[in-house]
Amino acid sequence: MKDQKERLRRTMMFVPGNNPAMVKDAGIFGADSIMFDLEDAVSITEKDAARYLVYEALRTIDYGDSELVVRINGLDTPYYKNDIKAMVKAGVDVIRLPKVESADMMKKLEKLVAEAEKEFGIEVGTTNLMAAIESAKGVINAYEIATSSDRMIGIALSAEDYTTDMKTHRYPDGQELLYARNVILHAARAAGIAAFDTVFTNMDDEEGFYRETELIHQLGFDGKSLVNPRQIEMVNKVYEPTKKEILNAQGVIAAIAEAKRKGSGVISMNGQMVDRPVLLRAERVMSLAAAANLVDEEENYIEK
Amino acid sequence: MKNSINREIPDEILKGKNYQAYTTDDFGTPVIQKVAPKLRATTGSEKVVDSLEDVVLKTVKNGMTISFHHHFREGDYVFDKVMRIIIDHGFKDLTLAPSSLTNVMNDIVVEAIEKGVVTNITSSGMRGSLGDAVSHGALKNPVIFRSHGNRARAIETGEIKIDVAFLGVPNSDAMGNANGMDGETAFGSLGYALMDAQYAETVVLVTDNIRSYPNTPASIKQTQVDYVVKVDAVGNPDKIGSGATRFTKDPKELKIAKTVNDVITHSEYFKDGFSFQTGSGGAALAVTRFLRQSMINNQIKASFALGGITKPTIDLLEEGLVDRVMDVQDFDKGAAESMHQNKNQQEIDASWYADPANKGAMVDALDVVILSALEIDTKFNVNVMTGSDGVIRGAIGGHQDAATAKLTIISAPLVRGRIATVVPDVTTVVTPGDSIDVLVTEVGIAINPKRKDLIASLSKIPGVPVYTIEELQKMAQEKVGTPKPLEFNDRVVALIEYRDGSLIDVIKKVKD
Amino acid sequence: MEIKKTAIAGTLESSDVQIMLSTGSNGFEFDLESDVAKQFGDQIKETITKVLEMYNVKNAKIKVVDKGALDLVIKARAIAAVQRALDIVDAPKWEVLK
Repeated sequence: MKDQKERLRRTMMFVPGNNPAMVKDAGIFGADSIMFDLEDAVSITEKDAARYLVYEALRTIDYGDSELVVRINGLDTPYYKNDIKAMVKAGVDVIRLPKVESADMMKKLEKLVAEAEKEFGIEVGTTNLMAAIESAKGVINAYEIATSSDRMIGIALSAEDYTTDMKTHRYPDGQELLYARNVILHAARAAGIAAFDTVFTNMDDEEGFYRETELIHQLGFDGKSLVNPRQIEMVNKVYEPTKKEILNAQGVIAAIAEAKRKGSGVISMNGQMVDRPVLLRAERVMSLAAAANLVDEEENYIEK
Repeated sequence: MKNSINREIPDEILKGKNYQAYTTDDFGTPVIQKVAPKLRATTGSEKVVDSLEDVVLKTVKNGMTISFHHHFREGDYVFDKVMRIIIDHGFKDLTLAPSSLTNVMNDIVVEAIEKGVVTNITSSGMRGSLGDAVSHGALKNPVIFRSHGNRARAIETGEIKIDVAFLGVPNSDAMGNANGMDGETAFGSLGYALMDAQYAETVVLVTDNIRSYPNTPASIKQTQVDYVVKVDAVGNPDKIGSGATRFTKDPKELKIAKTVNDVITHSEYFKDGFSFQTGSGGAALAVTRFLRQSMINNQIKASFALGGITKPTIDLLEEGLVDRVMDVQDFDKGAAESMHQNKNQQEIDASWYADPANKGAMVDALDVVILSALEIDTKFNVNVMTGSDGVIRGAIGGHQDAATAKLTIISAPLVRGRIATVVPDVTTVVTPGDSIDVLVTEVGIAINPKRKDLIASLSKIPGVPVYTIEELQKMAQEKVGTPKPLEFNDRVVALIEYRDGSLIDVIKKVKD
Repeated sequence: MEIKKTAIAGTLESSDVQIMLSTGSNGFEFDLESDVAKQFGDQIKETITKVLEMYNVKNAKIKVVDKGALDLVIKARAIAAVQRALDIVDAPKWEVLK
């Protein structure tokens, strides 16, 4: 597994957990994360069947480099305990808990995950966690949720339930989500974990999708939850660094290498001081460039 | 004996029917003798007949070869009308030689077979109940499957000698000047039927639309036509072509289409003046759309688009991205209707399109073609004829012909349901692996190792992994498991000719 | 273990399989419907049989309508069906999951 902090998480593709056709092909679209859904996408009568289908898929199918996430049923349902056991046993990378409102909920999840790890002979701490925040209370408690466990890799905004809780609905300009997005983003950044934006469900509104993705990219989100594989390419396009950004990042990295060779403490490039934030940004640009196939194996920019 | 691609061709077939076994996809430059039809001279005053039955009784005799075209596709009424009369009058031992057989023709062909009316068939393909019946041994003699180019060749050399051609047309005048592009049942190019009009001894046009003389533009000419029969309706316009062309939304198909486009645009053939054939189907239409954008971005124009034409290809013509459309058939209304407005949408016959025994065919100049596959094996041999159960359900179409293009791309998913597309050995070889250059699947591509030049140019496409075809085959097998081999009886129910008339494979009776 | 009630799992969607289990008295009695029965019929039965054996089921009528499901799907549906038929949906047999 890659270093969790540096891992790119531009795209988290939702896959209905009881749909064999979608489950078996989920790996071919290049999503950074694949989220198998046992919750809203599965009817109450099929919770058990979906659990076994996702279990067998995780054990059998090679999903390549994608991070594998399962959204389990909420702590207010009769299903979550078996969901946790099955998914821990399957060796999923991340368990995503819906409707999280407090750190206690995540701690409860963590305890059950640790028990399952022990029961199935898996090293305790292997399974990562993330929280979906879907209410005003969850937003208010975003930071305590984000820091509730060492296993936390991210928090996500889930806007459908949230806007209902806020007595509003979704608007094209996204003003109604501005506060939640910023709170969640700050909580994630302060905790050093990833921030995921909500889904955009209207597949016919490409313009709206780009508008929203550009906004969350500008704000600083790691990426977005997606309902359709066709959205992956669009998100990746928004997150693609420009040629100028790539060349600049290469300059920064080269300047640091040069300074290290010379044993010089202060690093400068074009007369500007290169400090740690500049380096981190450069490294992120290069990893985005590599993911977007904009650089070759030697990290040279590929002209289009 | 085994032919050069290791397919067992029974000796009694080779000897009995005087066949050569397939050896190479290179046709060479042999000297060919063409045939010419006999005709009865007329000034044409008695060509128009009201009764189809009278014409059938006057022209058809037991043991004859009769032909039809399939340009009306699933909306065809003419085939059924003619065959009904033929069956009801108890004709025997006829050879059916249509350009292809669509589903709407199945029931009556099965009936004709059962009653001994039809004892031989040659076609591009067959599906459904007819394919099933033939695969279970219903027909006395093996069906001969020929590509569109090969049918043209066989007609020209007399291997197929058509006694009577019944050709449905959406319009004609009293002398037999007709085209496919006017009228309620217009289907566009008459490409396949033009062979029958030119070489059949007796040509019967069947139409519901008699126009004033002379009817132009005339694709079929009065010099070729013996009878013009007026009927109530020749076809169902709603079923002739697909209506509005629907662009696939299937993410897997889209991914394959995008990769196909990446392969084309990274090849040396993607340059100003290149030519292509994309065919029909959701993925093919998606390729056309991606290709359009790449052509605009790179300021590249194509000299011609070839083959079966769809509206998105006509859009490229109208946008000036394609200079000429060389049109042997039209898959949708948009393409059919535009024949009027676009003088650069040239109707071509099957011989001009794809016949190897020619002084040059359009496919000889073709740079890039995208073709489909039911199966492709580790030798790159392609099957478009038999399904996973061994039953006939496909058509060669122009597959063998267009595969001779400079860059032949097979676009196919790795598996369909639990059936692997990439297999160790295809059930039936239709197009030899030597003709195939690149396989594109949803997980990556495989390049024919014989094409070292392509391995160099296509190995570093960003985001497109290159595998050997053996690796893709293993991946497919890991997904679906190892199937139990199909079982067949010894009896041969169909022959697959290569486009030069040699035998590339045979299909045997399925065991149930 | 005896099958307690008729139970069904899976759908008739493409790539899925629907498995119906009901009480039997004569070993495993299969009724298989599949487009790929010729090539994969035996494997489909074997996969389901193995799951039933893991639950110590000895007799069952098994109706299978396969829509081109991969082996992992057949196994998952068989597990769901047998858990339902044995009325132990809420207490999965974890050792069966490999």
